[in-house]
Amino acid sequence: MNIVVFIKQVVATTNVKLDPETGTMIRDGVECILNPFDEYAVEEALRIKEKMGGKVTVVTMGPPQAKEIIRKTIGMGVDEGILISDRALAGSDTWATAYTLSQVLKKIGDYQLVITGKQAVDGDTAQVGPEVAACEGLPMIAWVRKIEEISETSIRAERLMEDGYDVLESPLPALISVVKEINEPRLESLRGKMKAKKYEPKVWGVADMPGFDVAQVGLKGSPTKVFKTFTPKRQYKGEMIAGDAAQAAATLVGKIKEMNIV
Amino acid sequence: MNYFLTEEQQMIVDTARELALTKIKPIREKYDEEGIFPWDIVKEMSGADMMGLYIPEEYGGLGGGVFELCLAVEELSKICGGISLAMAATALGTFPILLFGSEEQKKQYLPDIAAGKKLAAFGLTEANAGSDVGNMTTTAVRAGDEYVLNGTKQWITNGGEAETYTIIAMTNKAKGTRGATAFIVEKGTPGFEFGKKENKMGIRASATRELIFTNCRVPAKNILSKEGMGFIVAVNTLNNSRPGVAAQALGIAAGALDEAVNYSRQRVQFDQPISSIQAVQHMLANMATEVEASRALIYAAARTIDAGEKSFAKISAMSKLFASEVAMRVTTDAVQVMGGYGYMKEYPVEKMMRDAKITQIYEGTSQIQRNEIALQLIKEAAKAAK
Repeated sequence: MNIVVFIKQVVATTNVKLDPETGTMIRDGVECILNPFDEYAVEEALRIKEKMGGKVTVVTMGPPQAKEIIRKTIGMGVDEGILISDRALAGSDTWATAYTLSQVLKKIGDYQLVITGKQAVDGDTAQVGPEVAACEGLPMIAWVRKIEEISETSIRAERLMEDGYDVLESPLPALISVVKEINEPRLESLRGKMKAKKYEPKVWGVADMPGFDVAQVGLKGSPTKVFKTFTPKRQYKGEMIAGDAAQAAATLVGKIKEMNIV
Repeated sequence: MNYFLTEEQQMIVDTARELALTKIKPIREKYDEEGIFPWDIVKEMSGADMMGLYIPEEYGGLGGGVFELCLAVEELSKICGGISLAMAATALGTFPILLFGSEEQKKQYLPDIAAGKKLAAFGLTEANAGSDVGNMTTTAVRAGDEYVLNGTKQWITNGGEAETYTIIAMTNKAKGTRGATAFIVEKGTPGFEFGKKENKMGIRASATRELIFTNCRVPAKNILSKEGMGFIVAVNTLNNSRPGVAAQALGIAAGALDEAVNYSRQRVQFDQPISSIQAVQHMLANMATEVEASRALIYAAARTIDAGEKSFAKISAMSKLFASEVAMRVTTDAVQVMGGYGYMKEYPVEKMMRDAKITQIYEGTSQIQRNEIALQLIKEAAKAAK
């Protein structure tokens, strides 16, 4: 069973600061970590590998410093890491990213399962996984909280829903996204850390992927356009409604209706 | 302080700290309260390659020494001095094999210990042979290719949980301390059973039990070194393991200091955090100074041993004596700084105070350490006077 895990480097969410002028995140000197949901994805891949053999490859798209999160997963026991890094990819939205990752899958070729975290904690879109599946025509099971059964050719998994869970079965290859309920990620081992320290991931640019259409990526190739980002101003303006309880309630209902809230 | 750790040693510290904070801290109170042996944590330690820190690479370890063991035990003990003992007591049980085992014995026993598949334990103490080990009554009588063991070992850390035990038994009572022999005995050997699990003041997540031998037949090939070498094995084992106990004491003290400092910054009395009260500041300053002095002494002792120095009994005993006395003082003062809150089980320092006490007692009481230090002093002086 060869498994590909998509991972992302994100800012440690406890430290996010925004530039009040531009409304964008201040990235300088901010601690970056492996997206927490991706850690569950890596752990699940390692557990499947321990049971069934094969190989776990992690892939991340980002600047050269994203090698650090690849090294962390190597420390956990991942076999190989690939960094997708190219100036042409700068400014890619989720669709352009998904297109890129689908091209990565085409180049890797020999895989039976793709795992992602349910979403990244920075953008919180939860779009890239499903979009990759769409690009590649892979069946997808989102929000997997437990893999009940897996063979070389099929998977049966529990999908976490708000009111319970669904059990879905799919042929492989497929793509799944996982939620935190699925496992408890291991620590990096000492031997793993030593190996990771010296580990140099493969670096692929767009030229390394045959048939890659550069027009579909980067700021220009992205269908999403960001017009403005800003921090909403906090407004503490309130209005006191006078009168006895019945009267005040009637006034309040009137105001709510006036504002088209109900 | 900069102790000039290598990159690898720093990794050990970081890994142990992460393990302690993420895996041990959430469960320490429950395990202490209910006396649960931390098998799940042992599994985490094994997964992180920490169980074989001091075992040579050729036997599946990481090839470090006493210093690496101390670094890990210190970090783990900052969070729980009881749970860290699963590792530290395994080291105590493994040293006899490391120091005196034949190549064959090392190949047979060390890889499983290094991989964390098996824990080890050391069986020396008996009901009437504590500090006076020469008074032990467990016997081993030769019968062909085997020895027949009879007797009871008491208060054995990791007892019942460990698979591999080093047992000191008398093979010739008439010869006194030269009549003792060290045996490797595996759990499951017929005639080898465990007594009751002790209900202890502290280190409650650690298992302490009797080992009961009733006509237990052990192959002669399980002897460590030679017949009659049992006390030499025991003394050398303890000389090597004492810095590990010291590191446990250091960790407990350092953990209590952290708690006390953090609390003092938050606790407001007389309209100010108590950290601005000089009486509290001076207590914290004393605690911190003693903890640092303890650390410096332990690291020096561990590095002396790892450097291959021949004589280290004195500094080894000093490290254990000093660190355990510091641990008792610092944890007591941490409770004092935290007042009523410190005395309550909702806060971890009362547990640290209970855990600290054992470090002044086991692997030789503080009084026995002083005997050892004085003995070495007198020997050195006598040698110099020649």
